[in-house]
Amino acid sequence: MFDLTGRKALVTGATGGLGGAIARTLYAQGAHVALSGTRVEALEALAAELGERAVVAPCNLSDKDSVEALVPAAEEKLGGLDILVNNAGVTRDNLFMRLKDDDWDAVIAVNLTAAFRLSRAAVKSMMRRRYGRIISIGSVVGTMGNPGQGNYAASKAGLIGMSKALAAEVASRSITVNVVAPGFIESPMTEGLTDKQREAILSDVPMGRLGSGGDIAAAVLYLASNEAAYVTGQTLHVNGGMAMI
Amino acid sequence: MSDVAERVKKIVVEHLGVDPEKVVDEANFIEDLGADSLDTVELVMAFEEEFGVEIPDDAAETIVKVGDAVKFLSKTA
Repeated sequence: MFDLTGRKALVTGATGGLGGAIARTLYAQGAHVALSGTRVEALEALAAELGERAVVAPCNLSDKDSVEALVPAAEEKLGGLDILVNNAGVTRDNLFMRLKDDDWDAVIAVNLTAAFRLSRAAVKSMMRRRYGRIISIGSVVGTMGNPGQGNYAASKAGLIGMSKALAAEVASRSITVNVVAPGFIESPMTEGLTDKQREAILSDVPMGRLGSGGDIAAAVLYLASNEAAYVTGQTLHVNGGMAMI
Repeated sequence: MSDVAERVKKIVVEHLGVDPEKVVDEANFIEDLGADSLDTVELVMAFEEEFGVEIPDDAAETIVKVGDAVKFLSKTA
């Protein structure tokens, strides 16, 4: 089950906590993995740690030309592309009334527009091969909203609508398009929380703990696998029960 | 039949799985040959590959019949 031997995957934001966990999991299941991100040294370190089936494909997702070049570059390095994981994301939190146009544009550009451009490019060769998996990392916030994250919530909700539309278009070609929506996940950001803050967050999570990168990576692996061939246009919520949708 | 026409028709027959006799110049991909909109995009991609040309979106939109493709590719390829 969940064997990815010979599959070729591109993971954006691979140097982040979540992206790193996803890349490691796909690699461990036998996939060839292109690691994308802006920090070349960190990408190279991760590729070296993983081994010879990992390659580096640097990209600045806020730059249109850089985004347009990423899928062709990954396809060339991997010899094709079967799995695209739109993981990279940024936040620029502020109360809605104080949200600047720049904060809005920057978050939409990286979280949503880059995912659109990468998916558009990837689906072309997936159509030819009659196989493909596109998985975007959303957020519980895209469904529930969150004060201070109007831009982020919009971008994550946008991924859901976009994925459903694309899923309907390409299902007949055996390409699936899904979203994994994490809840609160252990990360450098949550490490900085005080005990009191942590307690407040956990009171909303029936499971009584924060999620791990591995919890999210396992969901991505499932959707990337052959076994999930009949699952498309879905949002898989991985949040310890904090939102049951 | 020109070489271009033959190659175009071969691609259409292979891709849409239709009877070669139906693939005539006047045949409309969607109305006569049962293609869906995604098929038409894939046909354009297949033409691009076969003839080593790039077919811009506005030109692709004018290719609705087999003869349109033959005419376009005879000019550019």
